[in-house]
Amino acid sequence: MSGVHVRAVHFMGRRMGLLIGPVLGSLAGSLCGQVAWRRAWAAVCVGTALGASASAAYSAQPAAQPAAQPAARSSTDVIARGEYLARAGDCIACHTVPGDKLFGGGRPMVTPFGTLYTPNISSDKEHGIGKWTSEQFYTTMHDGRSRDGSLIFPAMPFGSYTKVTRADSDAIFAYLKSVPPVRQPNKPNDLRFPYNNRSLLLGWRTLYFHEGEFVPDKSQSIEWNRGAYLVQGLGHCSMCHTAINALGGSSESQAFEGGLIPMQAWYAPSLTSNKEAGLGDWSTGDIEALLRSGVSHRGAVYGPMAEVVFDSLQYLSADDIRSMAVYLKTLPQRTADTSPAPAPAAAGSQKDSQYQLGSKVYDAQCAVCHGATGRGKPPDFPPLANNQSIQMSSAVNPIRMVLIGGYAPGTELNPAPYGMPPFAQILGDDEIAAVVTFIRTAWGNHGAPVSIKDVNDLRSVPAE
Amino acid sequence: MRRHLKWLILASLILCAGRSFAQDASSERAPDTMQARVMACAACHGQQGQGTDSDYFPRLAGKPAGYLYNQLLAFKQGRRKYPPMNYLLAYLPDPYLQRIADYFAQERPPFPSLPAPSVGADVLARGQMLVTSGDPAHHIPACASCHGAALTGMEPAIPGLLGLHSQYISSQLGAWRYGTRTAAAPDCMQLVAARLTEDDVTAVAAWLSSLPAPASASPVQRGAIKMPLACGSEPK
Repeated sequence: MSGVHVRAVHFMGRRMGLLIGPVLGSLAGSLCGQVAWRRAWAAVCVGTALGASASAAYSAQPAAQPAAQPAARSSTDVIARGEYLARAGDCIACHTVPGDKLFGGGRPMVTPFGTLYTPNISSDKEHGIGKWTSEQFYTTMHDGRSRDGSLIFPAMPFGSYTKVTRADSDAIFAYLKSVPPVRQPNKPNDLRFPYNNRSLLLGWRTLYFHEGEFVPDKSQSIEWNRGAYLVQGLGHCSMCHTAINALGGSSESQAFEGGLIPMQAWYAPSLTSNKEAGLGDWSTGDIEALLRSGVSHRGAVYGPMAEVVFDSLQYLSADDIRSMAVYLKTLPQRTADTSPAPAPAAAGSQKDSQYQLGSKVYDAQCAVCHGATGRGKPPDFPPLANNQSIQMSSAVNPIRMVLIGGYAPGTELNPAPYGMPPFAQILGDDEIAAVVTFIRTAWGNHGAPVSIKDVNDLRSVPAE
Repeated sequence: MRRHLKWLILASLILCAGRSFAQDASSERAPDTMQARVMACAACHGQQGQGTDSDYFPRLAGKPAGYLYNQLLAFKQGRRKYPPMNYLLAYLPDPYLQRIADYFAQERPPFPSLPAPSVGADVLARGQMLVTSGDPAHHIPACASCHGAALTGMEPAIPGLLGLHSQYISSQLGAWRYGTRTAAAPDCMQLVAARLTEDDVTAVAAWLSSLPAPASASPVQRGAIKMPLACGSEPK
């Protein structure tokens, strides 16, 4: 398949990856931007050094597992529930090549260290999970180990799935066993030495993997706990929105604020932050609308999040989405969140030529949808004024939106979305830098100006 | 009178409330039209799909909806590769792709005046021959034998060939020759393009781009043309 369908994997280990970012940066020219991958792999490398002693302490045995909860439901109910939960976990996004057979696997994940192919998880007895037991499936979900006991690469978000209950894991397993078998052999991973050595994962696991099911917080409501379970577990939101990782996290994680995935070239905003994602002053209703329909009065999803809504969140119940929104609204702000934006365009820059050019480009190309004063026509044409996504410290998202455009995902609640054209082919780097600077600083927005180089650096990144 | 006054006051209160609500700019909605929904396509293909000055972004208007839908689906699924299109369509439901295809299929904007091809008369003559008569010695059917005598295509999935820049046509024929553009099996265009030489491609593209707008831009009805070879995209 084309590079377009190479799955952008989000992944743990970003913090460590950041430490050796310059090294990774030198490898950055190749192929798709699975930077989260790179980070994770970097973490594997560094983790190996740190984990040499840890590996001795690592138990080859599975951790003590909670007793299975026999569900007093008919198998049809369990399968239906499993299908729903598989949607919540977005299994399809990685384990199905778009347009190909469901759960047949084989979606390539290209990294500078080689290519990994997602496995077949259909009910096929030879190539899929047809011969697995629910126990083995739970071990994979909960502990990141495959049927044969081998450690699996953290492209599979078992760091989040470990929070899934045994009953839910069993339901997902029952559902996967019910889908038609796909007779498609798994492709061997094509990873270069030393990255093809799974024992490297011991170090990674020591640093980043914390096994354990979700433990409800009795001081919170049932709704909040349901939301937390979904966000932290199947939703695996923290894989991209690392600020959630920082809950109770280390100072390291604060150094990593923001969640920029450089080569994938999208910025996963902090969900705790007023300034960046704006959840601080979002209504619960707007969060619900965004997650379930893909659009809201505050903004629309785009880039990797459009895929998440398209493949996963649109299928969740209104109650579950509401629970997630309720939980997200309670995420505490971090210190870093409240730091001021880098020098907002104040008196001087509003008059400068870049702002003038940006204003001209805006009137010619953007105002027809986003309005002369940036208010948009929400939810279909998102507002730009007071839109945190435009003003974030990182200007990567607005620059890329202008370069490659994008449609909001088509969902049951918004089946015929509106879209934005790519402008890479009709606007020069100077014009795009100017118009992005304009929208980041006009109408009371507090973003920092962007440079022509910022745009030029992103122009060659493939659309995905 | 008092009763009327009461109603008048009430009505004006309602109107005022409505007005103040409407004055909140954020309550203005996007037009509920396909035209507004496909503005993302306009920058490259023109608002009505008429095409632009660019050599590589084709005219869409008037091509059969089945053809356009097949292309949208192929881009969405990555079978036809062009990253900006692949990305734009990746998260759109198939029924919506059909609506987009239907929209552009029924548009009838004027044809563009294309730049005169910069090739010699002999090349144009070769192009004309291939388009209208084919080259039986090399088992090359005429373009017109499937795309219609007027070259406006056939419902539901054979595209019209007019109003396209020569570079677009030659790059598509080249993509078929080299197997980077494919269609449903049996892939008749792949078979035909494989029999063309590079000079043939240049000649066909030049001749097609030199033709004036057709009298009627509509494709002919399904089954109106008896095609010389089977095509997977075109149902029998």
